[in-house]
Amino acid sequence: MKHVIGVGCAVALAGTIVWAEAVKPTDVVFEDGAVSVSLSGMPGDPANGAVLMNKGSGNCIACHAVDALSDLPFHGEVGPPLDGVADRWSEAELRGIVADAKKMFDGTMMPSFYRTEGFIRLGDAYTGKAFEGAEVQPLLTAQEIEDVVAFLVTLKEE
Amino acid sequence: MNLKPWMAAAVIGLAGSAFAQDDSTLSIDGEEFVTETEAPAHLENVSTIYSGWRFRTPETQALQVDDFDNPAMIFVDQALDLFQQVDGTEGKSCASCHTDGPEEFAGLHAKMPKVVDGKLMVMEELINTHRQDAMGAEPWKWSGADMQAMVALIGLQSRGMPMNVAIDGDAAPFWEKGKEIYYTRYGQLELSCSNCHEDNYGNMIRADHLSQGMINGFPTYRLKQAKLISRHNRFRGCIRDTRAETFAEGSDEFKALELYVASRANGLDIETPAVRQ
Ligand code: HEC
Ligand code: HEC
Ligand code: HEC
Repeated sequence: MKHVIGVGCAVALAGTIVWAEAVKPTDVVFEDGAVSVSLSGMPGDPANGAVLMNKGSGNCIACHAVDALSDLPFHGEVGPPLDGVADRWSEAELRGIVADAKKMFDGTMMPSFYRTEGFIRLGDAYTGKAFEGAEVQPLLTAQEIEDVVAFLVTLKEE
Repeated sequence: MNLKPWMAAAVIGLAGSAFAQDDSTLSIDGEEFVTETEAPAHLENVSTIYSGWRFRTPETQALQVDDFDNPAMIFVDQALDLFQQVDGTEGKSCASCHTDGPEEFAGLHAKMPKVVDGKLMVMEELINTHRQDAMGAEPWKWSGADMQAMVALIGLQSRGMPMNVAIDGDAAPFWEKGKEIYYTRYGQLELSCSNCHEDNYGNMIRADHLSQGMINGFPTYRLKQAKLISRHNRFRGCIRDTRAETFAEGSDEFKALELYVASRANGLDIETPAVRQ
């Protein structure tokens, strides 16, 4: 269902402007830690968001427990459980937290998933070697952030 | 930053984390070990220090209780052979000069790293200095099997003694540098040693139960890798996992870090060679 809406929107957008362009990590506008517009200009896919919570550069459950993902083993305890997180935060706040949690929670241990500057001894992924490429890629792409946010807004308890 | 309901819960959770290590007591061959004690005075954010042994599963813990079950002891036996083995241009073995055997080194590990003639020295360097200068032999690789077996053999001579490295005098500038590294948030994940081992010990991070990251049991035998792991190799792994450029084994940075991390364990008994998952 969500998929169908997503595709429909994309087509509608493509009709008006040429194509939705992603907001660059350095251009994201935070207001009190929240980000009100979609970073990719597209709706997120909650199913892919759930996959990202577990795997790859997301790996959110390394630090967070999520009941909705209880079929996956080994949820972490470093951050708070994310059950009911959509009751506590708006979509814009969740987008801000996922894009750069340090804007919402000063000094938090949560990594900044859509930031590309300001790192100390940035490595080349998990090789232990120095990063040497031209352009630093954020941990998650604009669309991946949207997918994760789309998943998080489904986590309601009330 | 707004205070949200989970934060109250998180504070309680954190308070609880200080008790998340287990209550087991470690004795090896009838001798009791201090695996928990008051933190040394220089530690600002932690009141009690714990050996990593306390955070491991009962199955892993059991392997350290009896030397016959401890897989690291095979390597210690190999090091005993190496100690006798002639190598290098001088036609000598360690035993040619150290005629009382490795027992001569009892207590040394508790004070390592230490400053010698203005230079911070760790055990691997003491050993390689002797291989090169006294024996005319090739230096061993830092995390190589021979080197770590010898480090374990010398460390074993201090087992059951409390860690007691000096952090003042000549050692002070190295210690300060190590402390700075410990609290620096490296890499794309921006995580410092303290984020995991000070703020979150007792908590699970994915499948791992976080300890205080102590080195009183090093070199440790890691079941996953089926070999002895050096301190610097462990540091490297932890920094690499933050998506950072690590420091090299044997680098000035890791030596300073080793001194600082060792000093965080001052008061815990040496368990070398410990067993880990
Ligand atoms: C290294 C650990 C870590 C990782 C990985 C991590 N987080 Fe967090 N997260 C935290 C911590 C710690 C907090 C608490 C914020 C603070 O420091 O006050 C938090 C807070 C949050 C919050 C607010 C929670 C609430 O209940 O108010 C959300 C939402 C969140 N994280 C989502 C995510 C998502 C989505 C991911 C993966 C893309 C992720 N986190 C990855 C550590 C982590
Ligand atoms: C030619 C003689 C000679 C040989 C061979 C030799 N050593 Fe030594 N070693 C010494 C002397 C002399 C000292 C004490 C003075 C010093 O610290 O340099 C010493 C001290 C040490 C110390 C203690 C240093 C301290 O600070 O307390 C260690 C550890 C050590 N040796 C290990 C080894 C090992 C391991 C080998 C074999 C790989 C070895 N040595 C081979 C002569 C030797
Ligand atoms: C992202 C979290 C994380 C960070 C950051 C981290 N470590 Fe670790 N470290 C671990 C995990 C997980 C283990 C294995 C379980 C345990 O003993 O905590 C570990 C284990 C260790 C151990 C072995 C402890 C034992 O008893 O066997 C040492 C020592 C250690 N870390 C030191 C460090 C140092 C020094 C730093 C900073 C350079 C550091 N760690 C940064 C997660 C981390």
